[in-house]
Amino acid sequence: MSKQQVVVRFCGDSGDGMQLTGTLFSSLNAILGHEISTLPDFPAEIRAPQGTLGGVSGFQVELGNQVYTPGDKADVIVAMNAAALKVCTLGGHFNHPQAHFDDEFALYHRHAIVIVDTDSLTDKDLEKAQYHTDNPFTELGIPESVQIVPVALTTLTKESLAESGMDNKSILKSRNMFAFGLICWLFDEPMEKAIHLLEDKFRKKPALIAPNTKVMVDGYNYGQNLAISVNQIHLDGHPNEEHGSYTSIAGNKATAWGLIAAAEKAGKRLFLGSYPITPATDIMHELAARKDMNVMVVQAEDEIAGVCTAIGASFAGDLACTSTSGPGLSLKSEAIGLAVMAELPLVVIDVQRGGPSTGLPTKTEQTDLLQALYGRNGECPAVVIAASSSANCFDYAFEACRLAMENMTPVILLTDTYLANGTALWRIPKLAELPAIHPQSVPESLKGQYNPALRDAQGVRYWAFPGMEGFQHRNIGLERDAERGTISTNPENHEQMILARKHKIEQVANRIPELRVQGNTASNTLLVGWGSTEGHLHAAANELDCALAQFNYIMPLPKNTREILSRYQRIVVCELNTGQFATYLRAQFPDITFEQYNETQGQPFAVERIVNHVKH
Amino acid sequence: MEASEYKSDQYVRFCPGCGDHAICMALQKAMAQIGIPPHQIAVISGIGCSSRMPHYLNTYGFNTIHGRGGAVATGVKTSHPELTVWQMSGDGDCLAIGGNHFIHEIRRNVNLNVCMFNNRIYGLTKGQYSPTSPKGFVSKSSPFGTVERPFIPAELVLGARGTFFARTLDVDMPTTVECLVAAHQHKGASIVECLVNCVIFNNGTHAWIADREQRAEHAIILKHGEKMIFGTNKDKGLAVEIDPQTFVPKIIVVPADDPRVLTHDAHQQDPTLHRLLALMGQDRYLEVKANDEGTTGECLPVALGVIRDVEAETYDEAVNRQIQEVRASSKTRTFDQLTATLEQWQM
Repeated sequence: MSKQQVVVRFCGDSGDGMQLTGTLFSSLNAILGHEISTLPDFPAEIRAPQGTLGGVSGFQVELGNQVYTPGDKADVIVAMNAAALKVCTLGGHFNHPQAHFDDEFALYHRHAIVIVDTDSLTDKDLEKAQYHTDNPFTELGIPESVQIVPVALTTLTKESLAESGMDNKSILKSRNMFAFGLICWLFDEPMEKAIHLLEDKFRKKPALIAPNTKVMVDGYNYGQNLAISVNQIHLDGHPNEEHGSYTSIAGNKATAWGLIAAAEKAGKRLFLGSYPITPATDIMHELAARKDMNVMVVQAEDEIAGVCTAIGASFAGDLACTSTSGPGLSLKSEAIGLAVMAELPLVVIDVQRGGPSTGLPTKTEQTDLLQALYGRNGECPAVVIAASSSANCFDYAFEACRLAMENMTPVILLTDTYLANGTALWRIPKLAELPAIHPQSVPESLKGQYNPALRDAQGVRYWAFPGMEGFQHRNIGLERDAERGTISTNPENHEQMILARKHKIEQVANRIPELRVQGNTASNTLLVGWGSTEGHLHAAANELDCALAQFNYIMPLPKNTREILSRYQRIVVCELNTGQFATYLRAQFPDITFEQYNETQGQPFAVERIVNHVKH
Repeated sequence: MEASEYKSDQYVRFCPGCGDHAICMALQKAMAQIGIPPHQIAVISGIGCSSRMPHYLNTYGFNTIHGRGGAVATGVKTSHPELTVWQMSGDGDCLAIGGNHFIHEIRRNVNLNVCMFNNRIYGLTKGQYSPTSPKGFVSKSSPFGTVERPFIPAELVLGARGTFFARTLDVDMPTTVECLVAAHQHKGASIVECLVNCVIFNNGTHAWIADREQRAEHAIILKHGEKMIFGTNKDKGLAVEIDPQTFVPKIIVVPADDPRVLTHDAHQQDPTLHRLLALMGQDRYLEVKANDEGTTGECLPVALGVIRDVEAETYDEAVNRQIQEVRASSKTRTFDQLTATLEQWQM
């Protein structure tokens, strides 16, 4: 059987190593030249009891050609236990006692292949996963069109490692490698590349290389036994990508590396002040490990100190950043206002998660948009941009740094759980290919006459910092005199300064690319999205044969936005919130009609649901 | 350098008679004595009367937001340890809204010089009680008297494992300058509690020691290596006594010629004695006493001067040293070298 795209979902207990298996399989396919898009789906609990529904951890990946999303529903499921089988079959309805397989809610479609560990379907396993009968397949109402592949994963793994001298517990931990090998057989993938990946993965624990490799190869060979009943799947064609070096990269890592690249490009030292928060913490982890690149990371005492240490570093002349998620952005609001008022470059990365309050810390949502735009006291404009794929988190992190340092302003970069934890194919750029960055450094000619209110013709003030002789000044969060830069409470001056700060953000529109329409530009219908939904909306626009405008620049909007929007009769703004971008667009373009399509379930869009909505 | 070289062109807007005027002048004098040129100094503040200080100094300055001066200063100093960084703060800015940053800059031992102006009141917001107002203190926000227990700043500093603590008084210029210079010389978070009078909302809060007639009896200026002697006639000394039942040590007043009179050792790592010294006379600030005048001169004097000054590695040094160590042992210096370390393939 050959296919253009295939969606595979690995599903098991939190301790079954599903994230590792999924990551290895995705990397292997990326190495083989396939496009990938991944969706790790962690359980919300810290560590639910083993074998229970609350402890199911999933990892979904779509591979092949023209891959825009991790896929709505899986073609292949690997279910490591009874709970995983139930969660995959019932989707979000797994807690309903009467629920059956349903095309809408199941995580796989009705012609999928479902590989199940039959050793993990004992009475005890079924009880833990809240089954009421001893036949899980009948109880779940799995249609006959689904191809169930029963494999005694546990027994086979034990046999594989019987002579390894390993203890039982360690042997059981290797079950995922047997499943990995089996999936490699299913996709007819070369074992030598997979072995190489394993060697790399366990580089620091060499004792684990041999047993894991053996289990994986045994899993692969076991696949031959299935050949009578299961057809292998071959991925067709070659990805339509630019020539170059490629790797697979997760969004948070791409974000961190974008900051590193920007610092080097601008000739600045990178400083990150941050406080741990899901799902943003990996950015801090990545940067803390990059002391070789002269990156300075302060793990602050709280979110406020995270942004304030960064503001201090910016005042002192560094490229300063802070990384957080929604609750942290709330805490940082006042300090971001300080950076707006003091007109200092600052990059604020908000990896959005389900809110409000603590909300759904491990799930994805686009609900911080209005907070990013307006969530500060006073008239407090800042640049707001959003990444739209795990790989382009790199480009927009770089862009955030460029815009901050060239325009002396905070820039809020919005990503989200889906982008942050997902991986995608990334073409590795050379530093020389990246756009130049020209920080707004004060010219030497202003020595002795400098004050913090002086602006260039575009309205951007100059950056002078401690250590520079003849540029001493007092920066403030109080209103400053437009001429002298000192404290001022003059009414006309305050208004003048509010307009100057507003104008400074508006003129950024001259320094960003214009909006580009994708898909069938001649259609009457335009889908509109922003940030991480690009893949899903692109796929939906293809199916609907309509146009798509995906926004990466939100404040300010690209200059041609009105012109593009006014070309279409029907505009549907699709967001993972209740209509924040639509609200913003209506305020900018009150004469244009915007329809909305919204989901707030903590999950990425399903292409099918968008298509159905827009069709009807 | 001259003190005038550290003066900005701004008109000083503290209330006439405010203690902050004196600290401002002392700062300019201390900076001149230290001799670091103005462009290599950054003065960071939060919000409050004291936080206006950067405007009056011809250095780099940043008047930030309420309570966050410590965090901003930490960012400045850590990213640029070559700069001399001062933080100006008050009892509200430092101990209430900015309390978390205050204890953490001390815990990390960031090499900052912190002036904590303590007037036991919120002045800029026009007269509310502060974390150092004595219990029972009547203010606009406590018309029936506060019911809160106050902080003793020294105790908080030592509790956060502080390496430097000095206390000074607005009306004692020489001690103030001396403490500020010592704060600069100390590597690490140097906290100087500046007792200042708020002439409008809390006039006379430090009168017990500020009053020239009584000061010699009610305060002692501690100097490292010198005997702890005080009194109008220099006839009193301080000694330690340990209660034989409870083993609790306490400071006692003895005649100046008593062999038990202590010699001040600010460099002692063990903070036990520093704490006892710093707490002397502080009980009178814990609660409003009905009849203050009844107190006799036999009570313990308030300690001024440098009480604690011990060595420990500073955060900014450690962070920068670690970066240098990693860089020395790594060949990866550029973005292109970094990406070369990735598992990758050609298309």
